[in-house]
Amino acid sequence: MNTQVTIAGVDFKNPVTVGSGTFGSGMEYSDFVDLARLGAVTTKGVAPVPWEGNPTPRVCEVYSGMLNAIGLQNPGIDVFCERDIPFLKQFDTRIIVNVCGKTEEEYEAVVERLADEPVDMLEINVSCPNVKEGAIAFGQNAQALEHITSRIKAKAKQPVIMKLSPNVTDITEMARAAEAAGADAISLINTITGMKIDIERRTFALANKTGGLSGPAIRPVAVRMVYQCAQTVKIPIIGMGGIASAEDALEFILAGATMVAVGAMNFVDPETTVRVIDGIEAYMRAHNVADINELIGAVR
Amino acid sequence: MKRKTKAKVILQKKLQEGIYDLRLGTDLARDAHAGQFIGIYTSDRSKLLPRPISICEYDRDEGMLRLVYRVTGPGTGTEEISHLTPGDEVYIIGILGNGYDTRMIADNFSHPVIMGGGIGIPPMLGLAKELDEAYQGRAQITSILGYRDSDLFLDKFFRDVSKVYIATEDGSVGTKGNVLDVMRDSASAQGEGRIECDVILACGPMPMLRAIAAYAREKGIKAYVSLEERMACGIGACLGCITRTHDIDSHTHVHNARICTDGPVFDADDLVL
Repeated sequence: MNTQVTIAGVDFKNPVTVGSGTFGSGMEYSDFVDLARLGAVTTKGVAPVPWEGNPTPRVCEVYSGMLNAIGLQNPGIDVFCERDIPFLKQFDTRIIVNVCGKTEEEYEAVVERLADEPVDMLEINVSCPNVKEGAIAFGQNAQALEHITSRIKAKAKQPVIMKLSPNVTDITEMARAAEAAGADAISLINTITGMKIDIERRTFALANKTGGLSGPAIRPVAVRMVYQCAQTVKIPIIGMGGIASAEDALEFILAGATMVAVGAMNFVDPETTVRVIDGIEAYMRAHNVADINELIGAVR
Repeated sequence: MKRKTKAKVILQKKLQEGIYDLRLGTDLARDAHAGQFIGIYTSDRSKLLPRPISICEYDRDEGMLRLVYRVTGPGTGTEEISHLTPGDEVYIIGILGNGYDTRMIADNFSHPVIMGGGIGIPPMLGLAKELDEAYQGRAQITSILGYRDSDLFLDKFFRDVSKVYIATEDGSVGTKGNVLDVMRDSASAQGEGRIECDVILACGPMPMLRAIAAYAREKGIKAYVSLEERMACGIGACLGCITRTHDIDSHTHVHNARICTDGPVFDADDLVL
């Protein structure tokens, strides 16, 4: 039985990774799961310098999901390279580094700093809804997305994944822009912008007022968008959005995702990734699927 | 090591309107310390995140965790938890956070004063007991408990190991006002009525903790406070539950300690409250 998938020449032992920002750099989860079981660890977004993030409350629970407005708190690329990469290198898994910035130059700075680091792929976060500058500004306009993708591709030594925002009218337009500019893959979806009101205090549940909705609540939207993109572009897709089980992951794969990422559910059950991997293998055995690649995009 | 595991309900009873006392059988109790917490899962799949609840007390030999918690409203996760009955099984994650370093406290201070306000009272009971063990009778432990009104809870357990003072907002029991009003009243008292204090250990609402931190600074004494914040993962990954600190933190190298993993107990001097 083969569970290996390949994206831009990089082989992954299985198609399961994690959503950026839901797994730190793996350290906090190593008490719960053997990181070597994962196809890849996708790290929390890293900027050129430390970012403090937003005021609290930063998270709240909503029906079958959660809102977050962390604001990309991160230690900056230097600490990341000194501490997090060596930690992850202890495990036999691929490393996908999520990159964020406020300007195109900041993204480039991180990408260049990573050129000689032993990481396998870069995921460019142009879709975080919780920071005022950069991020989503590049992901909601096809020209801006194409421009930043070209610039990053010109500097990057590793293959580049552009992470798309669902907060657009037509996600396929963004997928096409990324592909046209040379992206090696796309990942989707980032969170959907939402809001919760605390009726007792008559104020916003989050200090940032709005936050990104994640969890099972967004899964059907994500599956639909992965399917639409798979019908539109030829580059591989990493699908994510509320994956809680192998069954959920298989929906994304059948809709056209080459890999899948477990996101908010890591916060709910830190062992979710391993359950998903085991469940995919059980499905393949039960349905006599010899190669996971047979399932990718099998539903048209 | 932190684990997600199944626990068995040993006992649950209502202490007063909205406040419940839950005893869970779990081997996680072996690792418990005063000031730490666990996450409890509900079985309602529309509610995802574990509910972070502080450990009121524990029995390591018996493998028992006692949690005293408030039901936060109808239809909430805590309401579902309040319906658990003996024999029920429930998933928990723990032990989470860093508690009070009672050995350090016993080695460095002679007059510990515990302050608990409202639903911040339960975790202080485990602390009172741990301090009682750590001091071995070498110090008088004082507990000042703040309630809204005469519906007291847990106070009698504190009396077993400490000298207890009560403050109520409506003045129906003890001092009228808050826990610090008890301290201020005692300052003018002589002999027996005077509360000696060289360290404060506190849990309660943020305005209370802010006032305690300011009071401790003014008096030149140490205060260790237990914080609460909305959290998602409880294990230090999501960065949802940060608190501002004077020094740079170990995780992000900014000024954001993670309440779930760097805390929930902090030296008040380290915090920007």
